[in-house]
Amino acid sequence: MIRKEEIEHIGWLARIELSDAEKELFEKQLSSILDYFAVLDELDTEDVEPTYHVIGIKDVVREDEPKEALSQSEVLRNAPKKEKGYFKSPRML
Amino acid sequence: MKSESTNTNGVKIGLECHAQLITKSKLFCPCSTDYHNSEPNTHVCATCLGLPGALPVVNERAIRYGIKVALALNCEVQPQIIFYRKNYYYPDLPRGFQITQYDFPIALNGLVQIESASGGDGGRERGIRIRIRRVHMEEDPGRLVYKGTIDTAKYSLVDYNRSGIPLVEIVTEPDLRSPKEVRIFLGELRSILGYLSVFDGDLEGAMRVDANISVGGGERAEVKNISSYKDVERALSFEITRQKNLVRRGLKVTLETRHYDEVRGITLSMRTKEFEHDYRYFPEPDLVPIRISDMVSEIKGEIPELPDEKKRRFVSQYSIAREHANTLTYDINIADFYEEVASKMDAGLSAVWVADVLKGELNYRGISMREASKRVSADDFVAMLRYFKKGVITERGATEIIREMLDHGGKPDEIIKRKGLASIGSAEIEKAVLEVIKENENAVEDYRTGKKEALHFLVGQVMRKTRGRANPKDVSKWIEEKI
Repeated sequence: MIRKEEIEHIGWLARIELSDAEKELFEKQLSSILDYFAVLDELDTEDVEPTYHVIGIKDVVREDEPKEALSQSEVLRNAPKKEKGYFKSPRML
Repeated sequence: MKSESTNTNGVKIGLECHAQLITKSKLFCPCSTDYHNSEPNTHVCATCLGLPGALPVVNERAIRYGIKVALALNCEVQPQIIFYRKNYYYPDLPRGFQITQYDFPIALNGLVQIESASGGDGGRERGIRIRIRRVHMEEDPGRLVYKGTIDTAKYSLVDYNRSGIPLVEIVTEPDLRSPKEVRIFLGELRSILGYLSVFDGDLEGAMRVDANISVGGGERAEVKNISSYKDVERALSFEITRQKNLVRRGLKVTLETRHYDEVRGITLSMRTKEFEHDYRYFPEPDLVPIRISDMVSEIKGEIPELPDEKKRRFVSQYSIAREHANTLTYDINIADFYEEVASKMDAGLSAVWVADVLKGELNYRGISMREASKRVSADDFVAMLRYFKKGVITERGATEIIREMLDHGGKPDEIIKRKGLASIGSAEIEKAVLEVIKENENAVEDYRTGKKEALHFLVGQVMRKTRGRANPKDVSKWIEEKI
């Protein structure tokens, strides 16, 4: 079972505001997800190597070659707020 | 209550040093890293902008540079590296997470030796061992520009040109004992990184440091945002005093993150509610594990003679003072310049002129040797020293040539002619001495009645008249003879 304070904390970490109704909804949904993981936890994984990666490919790298970037206007095209070539963002502390 | 909070005992400092690696392209995308004098948001693409669907691919050279740093810091390079996502929400991270490392970093367990803050006097080495906990790679976040200061600005402006620049993070154990030791350690680190040709300390923000500080076994506070190398001592001294004052008043230091305000020189609580587990680290699914064992032996061969070793060689090979060897070996470009001069000229004399005079003039101008070498070649320097040794120019004339070469360029012989720096003969000195004696009767009288300082004044007058082209010792003898 997940507590309301934890829902609020998770919301804060994502910097989103949650209404009371949403908090209640997410409390239920996240709890059921965690319950499902509790089922998986019952499995004995004592001698199983942890999986860090699922696709089994290794050592993919690229050469250090610079390529052309996007233009400033393309970069800012989807920005809701901009100023002098910068993205404008709320102040955060 | 008697506590250890009143002295430096009990101060423990551990550092997280982030250094930008000078690759041509970014860590996970091919955007150019040459952004320092560019318009904002002109060196970015879908990947470093965090647009959905963009796929990061690791820059192999960045990994090699990271391994090189790890080896130079005497670390154990790990067989395989994995990148992780560190999740936190901040405007400088367009994706809401930073790609960094967690388990499986590049290297663990290194060691750096520094000279103690009190200095090894009498040629006695007083080495302090600073253990390196780990070395890993991560991407630089974007840059935030505040209108006003961080706590008064209404909004911030974001430039992602820096986003994705490769950083190597070097984490020390809490083995440092004072702000001064931290400065010495960072100096050593910058020096080593420069020798490896993977780092350019002249670039703004090339090295940034976070510090964990505790006093007298209390809880630690983390100070972030120490962006200037010069600010480190000031930031840490403030934080140590703050913690000691808390302890003195019977209060406890709380585990927290503090922000260094470089304008005011103080640290401020960030009132953060985030802790390590809140970062929800997990392996970055878009990047695959990379086996690095095979690269190590080749990179080992690329590690040059490092500052400490070079320092010891300079002292024994050139028979120069340790102080001079320290100054000459700090910057690889100065060390190379000195060796070239010393191969054609008296090594002791060269050390004095490079370490004391040239270095002093560089510091005064705030320029690096790399910058200066565009104007002053080792051959020019040797030519200048030859004129000085033969007595063609005085010490002052030689200094004048160095200044002229740094400021405007030119060759020593040409500068001597153009500025009339050649030393003058005894007839001319005698003439100047006689004139000065005549013009300064009071000073001459003072000297005769026992005021020996008057002699310095008279020598100064002669030097002025001859525009520094006479040797002050000779002038002094001439005056004593004539009075």
